Amino acid sequence: MLQLIQNDKISELVNGKRVITKKPELLAPAGSLEKLKVAVHYGADAVFIGGQEFGLRSNADNFSIEEMREGVEFAKQYGAVIYVTTNIFAHNENMTGLAEYLQAIEGVGVRGIIVADPLIIETCRRVAPKLEIHLSTQQSLSNWKAVKYWKQEGLHRVVLAREVGAQEMRKMKEEVDIEIEAFVHGAMCIAYSGRCVLSNHMTARDSNRGGCCQSCRWDYDLYENVEGEEIALFEDGDAPFAMSPKDLKLIESIPHMIELGIDSLKVEGRMKSIHYIATVISVYRKVIDAYCADPENFKIKKEWLEELDRCANRATASSFFEGEPSYKQQMFGFHAPKMKWDFAGLVLDYDQDTQIVTLQQRNYFKVGDTVEFFGPNIETFTMQVEQLWDERGNEIDLANHPLQIVKFKVKQPLFKFNMMRKENK
Amino acid sequence: MKKPELLVTPKSVEHIEDLISSGADAFIIGEQQFGLRLAGEFSLKQVNEATKVIHAANKKVYVAVNALFHNDRLEALDEYLMELQRIGVDSIVFGDPAVLMAVRELNITIPLHWNPETTATNWFQANYWAERGAKRAVLARELSLDEIIEIKENSQPEIEVQIHGMTCMFQSKRKLLGNYFLFRKEAMEIENRKENKNMFLHDKERKNKYPIYEDLNGTHIFSPNDMCLIDELTELFEAGIDSLKFDGILQSDDYITTVTNLYRQAIDAYFDQGEEAYEALKDDLLEKIEVIQPPLRPLDTGFIFKETVY
Ligand code: SF4
Repeated sequence: MLQLIQNDKISELVNGKRVITKKPELLAPAGSLEKLKVAVHYGADAVFIGGQEFGLRSNADNFSIEEMREGVEFAKQYGAVIYVTTNIFAHNENMTGLAEYLQAIEGVGVRGIIVADPLIIETCRRVAPKLEIHLSTQQSLSNWKAVKYWKQEGLHRVVLAREVGAQEMRKMKEEVDIEIEAFVHGAMCIAYSGRCVLSNHMTARDSNRGGCCQSCRWDYDLYENVEGEEIALFEDGDAPFAMSPKDLKLIESIPHMIELGIDSLKVEGRMKSIHYIATVISVYRKVIDAYCADPENFKIKKEWLEELDRCANRATASSFFEGEPSYKQQMFGFHAPKMKWDFAGLVLDYDQDTQIVTLQQRNYFKVGDTVEFFGPNIETFTMQVEQLWDERGNEIDLANHPLQIVKFKVKQPLFKFNMMRKENK
Repeated sequence: MKKPELLVTPKSVEHIEDLISSGADAFIIGEQQFGLRLAGEFSLKQVNEATKVIHAANKKVYVAVNALFHNDRLEALDEYLMELQRIGVDSIVFGDPAVLMAVRELNITIPLHWNPETTATNWFQANYWAERGAKRAVLARELSLDEIIEIKENSQPEIEVQIHGMTCMFQSKRKLLGNYFLFRKEAMEIENRKENKNMFLHDKERKNKYPIYEDLNGTHIFSPNDMCLIDELTELFEAGIDSLKFDGILQSDDYITTVTNLYRQAIDAYFDQGEEAYEALKDDLLEKIEVIQPPLRPLDTGFIFKETVY
């Protein structure tokens, strides 16, 4: 781990005790309104979403303008804000409709857009001046002078390249007065973002307009061409050459990022489940709050780390922030993605008097299973399901229909949006 | 109609002399600390020599300063730019706005060419960087012919397009080859293959071979085919594209020299004798390339006639 240097610009002494006054924003992804609401409930200060155009994700995970409006209004009740990703590198044909689109986004109260192409930056400035403009990581911003350039161009915030390390971030913060957003958690490109067109070549899909097929994660064999003879640089049974990065996880570096004065900590994954968003956001929330309240005595709790791992299906690493990644931060050989815990249900209601929870099933579970509840307003706890009823009050043994509404007794109070999960054995 | 420039990538100062005789109009040189994926490595001293040779022949020399810079190279970048100014090269090729900032701070007067490779995808961007000082925009190789023509029609700066050679598909900061060898506990291989540019990835499913190498800038992976537009130049000529680039990275000196001359013939036929002369000649030129084409490098036309979806 890197050495932590206290930054006086972000803290104050209160009754002789140092507290952090500049808390970074915790920025969550959301691919649907439900996910957006979960992210906000579980502690996100801001949520980034995609619209139906100009973004880098498939349509299934995108918001209509009306949904954006609803999301913005919902977030507002919790003091949270919404950003919209418009981070394609446009081709000529993508230029039409841009101005109207940006005006519509501005009109529903979105705080800002995340953008890579100067076409969209300049158009936004012209037609939707109320929107903040954040430079997307697709621009691979990796040095302070380039940060200064975008500051001069009037941008509010820059999202750094994933290849930027802690010392580099410090220098950027020293040299330029601009908001900096950095990734803390989630899947990452193994290439510099924006500099990979593998999918264009292999599948005729344009990665810089959202068509990436994760071609980097396929298997390749490494050869050497010696005077026309092809010599294999691997042996039978060896793991093939691979470019699959472990997912980013900087939970233990959060104190460091806070001391650096990073303005926004970004979690990646607009296509991930609400379970993932809830788990990741709630754990980062706890770490940020605990550190800011009392940096001197902060210690990361083992439970937090364990909880975070419950929604992980790939190995993780602290790539680049803590130093240049080696082979240990990559994955070789075949790894079947395996979730250690399944998201089993979403709490819709809880009756204090009868102690009966109404739950929407999200994964198979049955009487006798040990389940865990977590979420806002409660301490995580486990219990055994003793009796189970369906919506009409008929007793059942198992909840095996997707989205089925079921009821059962839980002695500890629960709240709407709490979640239930179950170990995957 | 103005003759487009024929821009090539020499491997050494001596090679430049051959390429001048073969009919090249302009040259891209540089070194990996500042420039990306160069055919040859030219120290400042060699840039100086090369510039003398090139200028004596009344040709142009451009220096690649298009790396993605991290903080640690910014100081060296300033010194490098000042040296280039002193030498008097004809342009600085950049992608990272840090270069633009440095050029402004240091009052460098050498013209700029904007080349971020994959992200130069529309005419608005070309004009945007032109307003900020770029004299030329180098287009992404993933564009179709129609897109290129439309960009040219709407752009203020000169437009440069690649017409021959391999293209980069991927750049990672990670040392992916070294990591693979380390994973296999073959640290020696890293030393053995440091300067080795003969490796490739075999994609069994698509039956493709992708050249791969590692340098100071990370790991680079290249297209499985060499693009070749020698028989498809008419529309680019008509569109008035200002510079046609043949990227000779990972090719031999002789190959680069011969292919340069074949493109020279194509351009001259069209502009000196007319479209018919070019039409009559082009198949023959293509055949001559096919004869010397390395067996592992099939020819194609890149994305010129291939639309991508998303
Ligand atoms: S193929 Fe891999 S490295 Fe390339 S854009 Fe897709 S995820 Fe990123």
